Amino acid sequence: MWFKNPFVPEQASEFASSVDTFYFFMVSVSAFFAILVVTLVAVFAIRYRRRHEHEAGTPVHGALALELTWTLIPLGIAMVMFFWGASIFFAMSKPPSNAMEIYVVGKRWMWKFQHMTGQREINELHVPVGQPVKLLVGSEDVIHSVYIPAFRVKMDAVPGRTTTLWFTPTKTGRYHLFCAEYCGQKHSGMRGTVVVLEPAEFQAWLAGGPATGSMADAGQKLFNDLACATCHRDDASGRGPSLKDVFGSTVTLAGGATVTADDAYLRESIVNPQAKIVEGYAPLMPTFQGLVTEEQLNQLIAYIKAQAGGTPGTAAPATGTPAPGAPAASGTQPSTE
Amino acid sequence: MDTATVDTRPSYLENGHSWQSWLLTKDHKRIAILYLITITLFFFIGGLFALLIRLELMTPAGDMVEAETYNKFFTMHGVAMVFFFLIPSIPAVLGNFLVPVMIGAKDLAFPRINLLSWYILVVGGLFTLGAVVMGGVDTGWTFYTPYSTAASNTHVIMTGLGVFISGFSSILTGLNFIVTIHKMRAPGMTWFRLPLFIWAHYATSIIQILGTPVVAIAVLLVALERTLHIGIFDPNLGGDPVLYQHLFWFYSHPAVYIMVLPGMGVISELIAAFARKAIFGYKFVAFSSLGIALVGFFVWGHHMFVSSQSVYAALIFSFLSYLVAIPSAIKTFNWTATLYKGSISYQSPMIYAFGFLGLFLVGGLTGLFLAALGLDVHVHDTYFVVAHFHYIMVGGSIMAYLGGMHYWWPKISGRMYPEGWAKFAALMVFVGFNLTFFPQFLLGYLGMPRRYHMYPEEWQVLNVLSTAGASILGVGYLIPMVYFTWSFVKGEKAPANPWGATGLEWTIPSPPPTENFTTTPIVTEEAYAYSNREMKVA
Repeated sequence: MWFKNPFVPEQASEFASSVDTFYFFMVSVSAFFAILVVTLVAVFAIRYRRRHEHEAGTPVHGALALELTWTLIPLGIAMVMFFWGASIFFAMSKPPSNAMEIYVVGKRWMWKFQHMTGQREINELHVPVGQPVKLLVGSEDVIHSVYIPAFRVKMDAVPGRTTTLWFTPTKTGRYHLFCAEYCGQKHSGMRGTVVVLEPAEFQAWLAGGPATGSMADAGQKLFNDLACATCHRDDASGRGPSLKDVFGSTVTLAGGATVTADDAYLRESIVNPQAKIVEGYAPLMPTFQGLVTEEQLNQLIAYIKAQAGGTPGTAAPATGTPAPGAPAASGTQPSTE
Repeated sequence: MDTATVDTRPSYLENGHSWQSWLLTKDHKRIAILYLITITLFFFIGGLFALLIRLELMTPAGDMVEAETYNKFFTMHGVAMVFFFLIPSIPAVLGNFLVPVMIGAKDLAFPRINLLSWYILVVGGLFTLGAVVMGGVDTGWTFYTPYSTAASNTHVIMTGLGVFISGFSSILTGLNFIVTIHKMRAPGMTWFRLPLFIWAHYATSIIQILGTPVVAIAVLLVALERTLHIGIFDPNLGGDPVLYQHLFWFYSHPAVYIMVLPGMGVISELIAAFARKAIFGYKFVAFSSLGIALVGFFVWGHHMFVSSQSVYAALIFSFLSYLVAIPSAIKTFNWTATLYKGSISYQSPMIYAFGFLGLFLVGGLTGLFLAALGLDVHVHDTYFVVAHFHYIMVGGSIMAYLGGMHYWWPKISGRMYPEGWAKFAALMVFVGFNLTFFPQFLLGYLGMPRRYHMYPEEWQVLNVLSTAGASILGVGYLIPMVYFTWSFVKGEKAPANPWGATGLEWTIPSPPPTENFTTTPIVTEEAYAYSNREMKVA
């Protein structure tokens, strides 16, 4: 825009300008109808003001043509609004396949982030400009909501689910990140900052953090520590199905139904294994609900995804080797900042 | 009307002065007064919390009260205002008083149930007040799970019980109105001769009966989950926290129409009376009330566009939300067209009606912003939403409620109020309201989330404007309370028909006798037949 509108937040993502353009359209249409009605009311109120105490109005019977006009024209305009709004929403719900994935966990009252390459952050999120970023959002306790006004995006963090949102930052800088869903005492303190860096600076930032191993590495260690590997063997000889290459594939369930093995499916199969049984296997697996934290769950899923090879978003180079003996996953590790 | 001048029976206010004659009354008009006192008390309580909220938000730091106290303030503001003021307001006070009179009946169909419904509201209110006194509740008026079931350590169950109990009051009132409107209309009072106020209350009653049980079940499940951990909503017990939102909004979105439809009915009466003209497109206005009641049941998902609900569900809810906007547009255009060739006077009820038109217009149009999927993602759970629903519920419903109170006050109390003060208060409310809530639209688009105790400094100016507006608004509300109270004792005696209005309520004395009519009236003309009569004021 040619001037800085003080009533519009910074436009720092690709969605920002399309949402704002739509917003200005909505404001214009609303202003038109508001002015139209207020003007008519004012003109009639003055023109037809009561002049004698005993005066009555002149009867005017309804007019079907008028009724149809002010039903159909607003309906048409409403449909334009519906389709325009829906088209932006569709774009927001379809992350591109080359998006860089970052896990987000909301917890009263902080935001925890973990990059696929292992770097952790609390209440601060570093991302490179120009790169689509997909946030995989979970919660450890109650419902929270990731809200970045400068990007015009928001998504609830629902306990027991992984939700996603994505954006492509278009401008370097520091932007507010809020919790938008009321979550108790310090809800308004559950704030963070999104730091958008030039790609080179972002790589330098990644390299500068203490190396704790990628999420997939941490997940692999967990996979062994929790003895997942005893049943889920690579060669399909175990009591559970092989998890190699399972991510993104179509899984046939007992009873013949099929399901795509995505993030939600993997999560459900860990915390509620009886929900969907793979064809040919017995329902033997115990639940891991409460045994793994939200972040450990994310690491396990990252490991399973990595085994499918070429997972999007893992392209950023891993920095260094895993520190020997580093705890597999816990909030006690030093963050990168 | 001759009956008005020769009637020597005592008015309903004079007919018995003992406590029992009020607390055990079966007269719909006395019950309306009981409701009026009750909800005014809750309006005070809710208003007090609103004032405290606005005072805290004058500074960004959150330095007046603790965060937890602030969270209790906005929760109790919402609970008091929604469940104990707005939902009962117009139906329980004006509806109770007017529905039988307007259709030519002596009382509602079930007078004892009517009294019972007031007692139920009082009991529900006492539970909620008890929760406030014991330390309050901090879940927000929405009681979202799993915060309300697993995290909050405040008085959730007691407040929830208050809401649960008061719901039965709402259901019984709705039931009473529906039966009364079906069975007790005077001879000649056909469906299409009914005042639009009656159509609006009929539509409202349908929502009350069908919707309220669902929210009752939802808060009951919250209580069971908190005490017995039954695992409906808590994901750790195999439940689904989003299910709660579906149950809650299945009632609570239609509940918005419980709050605004009766207001629309009031506005139709005011515009007809002060333009002395039949409402343009009577049937369109009548059926649009039913349309809102019906379609309003299928739009609840628009509160959940970012809740991880499926994209296709969101699409359908967005589409239906646009459809439900159309009947409101139809009403607005028809009210405007009614003014054409009218005989318009600017008495205070009409000033409120003009105010309603302006504020409801803004509230309705900004609803279109929230129904738009891609835009709602940004403004959902921000002050934009807060501003929008206050424009509907306060700008719409309370303006209509006050307009109605001024219009029917001479009938209810038998006294006139000071017109100059009434106009002044209406202006204060209009200006104060806009100054309070318009800045909140701007704050919302800038990204300020709702229910925030502290906020970034760059938003202070708009917040201070909002607080300044709230203080004007507060005074604007206090003035009518003062002069109505004064008028009840000392006001000039009101004639039977001070406005020269049509409608059966203006054919009987002010205040009416207990049985309303000496003989059952026979209706021979349409509603608002202004041109058919010689205009005679009083």
